[in-house]
Amino acid sequence: MPNIDVKGKTIEVDEDGFLANLDDWSEDVAKYFAEVEGIDMSDQHWEVVNFLREYYNQYQIAPMIKILVKELGKKLGADKGNTKYLYELYPGGPAKQACKIAGLPKPTGCV
Amino acid sequence: MANLPKPEELSEIDFTPPKTGWMDTPVEFKPGMFCHGSKPKSLQTVEFPNPRDWKPADADWKLPENWKEIIIEGIADRLKKYRSFRLFMDICVRCGACADKCHFFIGTGDPKNMPVLRAELIRSVYRKEFTKAGKILGKIAGGRELTLDVLKEWWYYFYQCTECRRCSVFCPYGIDQAEITIIGRELLNLLGLNIEWIAGPVANCYMKGNHLGLEPHTITSNLEYMLDDIETVTGIKINPSFNRKGAEILFVTPSGDLFADPGTYTAMGYLMLFHELGLDYTWSTYASEGGNFGFFTSNDMGKRLNSKIYAEAKRLGVKYIIGGECGHMWRVIHQYMDTWNGPADFLETPVSPITGTKFSNAKASKMIHIAEFTADLIKHGKLKLDPSRNNHLKVTFHDSCNTSRGMGILEEPRYIINSVCNNFQEMPEDTIREKTFCCGSGSGLNASEDMDLRMKGGFPRANAVKFVHDHHGVNMLANICAIDRAVLPPLMDYWVPGVGVTGVHELVANAMIMKGEKERTTDLRGEPLPGKEKKEESE
Repeated sequence: MPNIDVKGKTIEVDEDGFLANLDDWSEDVAKYFAEVEGIDMSDQHWEVVNFLREYYNQYQIAPMIKILVKELGKKLGADKGNTKYLYELYPGGPAKQACKIAGLPKPTGCV
Repeated sequence: MANLPKPEELSEIDFTPPKTGWMDTPVEFKPGMFCHGSKPKSLQTVEFPNPRDWKPADADWKLPENWKEIIIEGIADRLKKYRSFRLFMDICVRCGACADKCHFFIGTGDPKNMPVLRAELIRSVYRKEFTKAGKILGKIAGGRELTLDVLKEWWYYFYQCTECRRCSVFCPYGIDQAEITIIGRELLNLLGLNIEWIAGPVANCYMKGNHLGLEPHTITSNLEYMLDDIETVTGIKINPSFNRKGAEILFVTPSGDLFADPGTYTAMGYLMLFHELGLDYTWSTYASEGGNFGFFTSNDMGKRLNSKIYAEAKRLGVKYIIGGECGHMWRVIHQYMDTWNGPADFLETPVSPITGTKFSNAKASKMIHIAEFTADLIKHGKLKLDPSRNNHLKVTFHDSCNTSRGMGILEEPRYIINSVCNNFQEMPEDTIREKTFCCGSGSGLNASEDMDLRMKGGFPRANAVKFVHDHHGVNMLANICAIDRAVLPPLMDYWVPGVGVTGVHELVANAMIMKGEKERTTDLRGEPLPGKEKKEESE
């Protein structure tokens, strides 16, 4: 497995660059991934990442897009409760880019 | 898909074979054409051999010292156990009828993707080790030594076959290439040589009941969100039950329908249909997977994962089972389930409580496909339908390999689509029904790291869609398979932009007039219905 180096700490990632061990996540790790993905983390970006992490703690999987959109809308206002807003923040796709930054694994199966 | 070549580049396919003979042409691992190797954790979960970190592109695969012995013994065991395998090793006359029928050969031009040659990869070793002529004459009799390079060639090409069986339709002997790939993968799994996109879902399914690893509270929560959307669109509140003992029917669908678009809209279709019928049914959070990635690993693993469905049916005391829109799930149910985990003598032959139709075709498995169930409802006039709600769609139907060639569901989905849509257009004859072209990503190859392979393998299917898109304005590709719903959207975006993908029950639910519904202005995706666009704006 490949490794990345974040502030002097060696962290294991998988072939697609996702965290191998979810406990290795920290804000620094998130910032590192964001830089790799070419994303400048604003408060709005963090709101999505924080939601993903909270959701994952409860459900052990990334939320389906429908849930992500609805819950962000509830939390942050209806204008942010749509896929367009999410893609503006994360052009590489909320499922792949935002999950990677939040330290979540990729869902597998018929998806 | 960032590193993918452009469609113009990918469609330039070179059919010139290499100058050297196939046995003397070593396998070359091309990026984008294979998946990541299985992770140790996934193999450990199901107690599979040789769990370790390994990379397919590395020279050292970290195999046990006696790997060759293990494989040869594995072949011997399977020759004894499966008469089909023994037969398929012996009877091919290499007529070549299958050669150009494979979507991977058409899309790559690689001769080792000709089904005959893919089978020959194992047959050559079989001849060398198990036939007199091969033992004595070796290469002259078509035999060859099992070396590490040969093993790697197996791995590369058995994970470049989707077990779709199109080739077997054209084989004069009826050799089932999928059975050969299945055995090939079984043998590779004896050495821990799976791909993670299969091994991960298998481990998830074994531990949590489904490929995605959705836990019970996640399943119910996901469905809650779908129910909210249904209420928004129709004004109707639905309360499905979970794990309910004494229900008449257990419903099982692939977990992709409970998680990813556009499968979620198909799931909303099931929920609405069953509610409208007042069906006495239950979902299960234990048998929460219709699909079976174990089937892409080994017969034994397929059996272990499949066993949950009957176990849950027995625990809940249902009469029979309805299964959702899935492809390979149905090959398993139709052709393996009864042998693996039957007889399901505690269940009854399915009878529709709405029409009284007895599905005697399912008297062994006690499990019917939702397309059969719904087609029967429509035939008996039990659904109130307004097909004009789908008037903005020009629909074509992609037969999933497994439901068409694996069990002969050809008419039911077409009958349903024609009842709920006014505009239906078939793709060319050689690309549908028994001769359907694979999506290019089946049998567990729907990962993201093998996108080149998927786009090449899906090229013949996409080409047929492009034909009806260009000539007849088709803008929607319907199907009855969860892998299709996951993989056809990127395939369409790549080859035929402008064509969407839908499950058949999404179309049904959009056309179905429900008792007590409010005037619908949008479809299940929240898009305005035909004729309602202006009204929306003025509101």
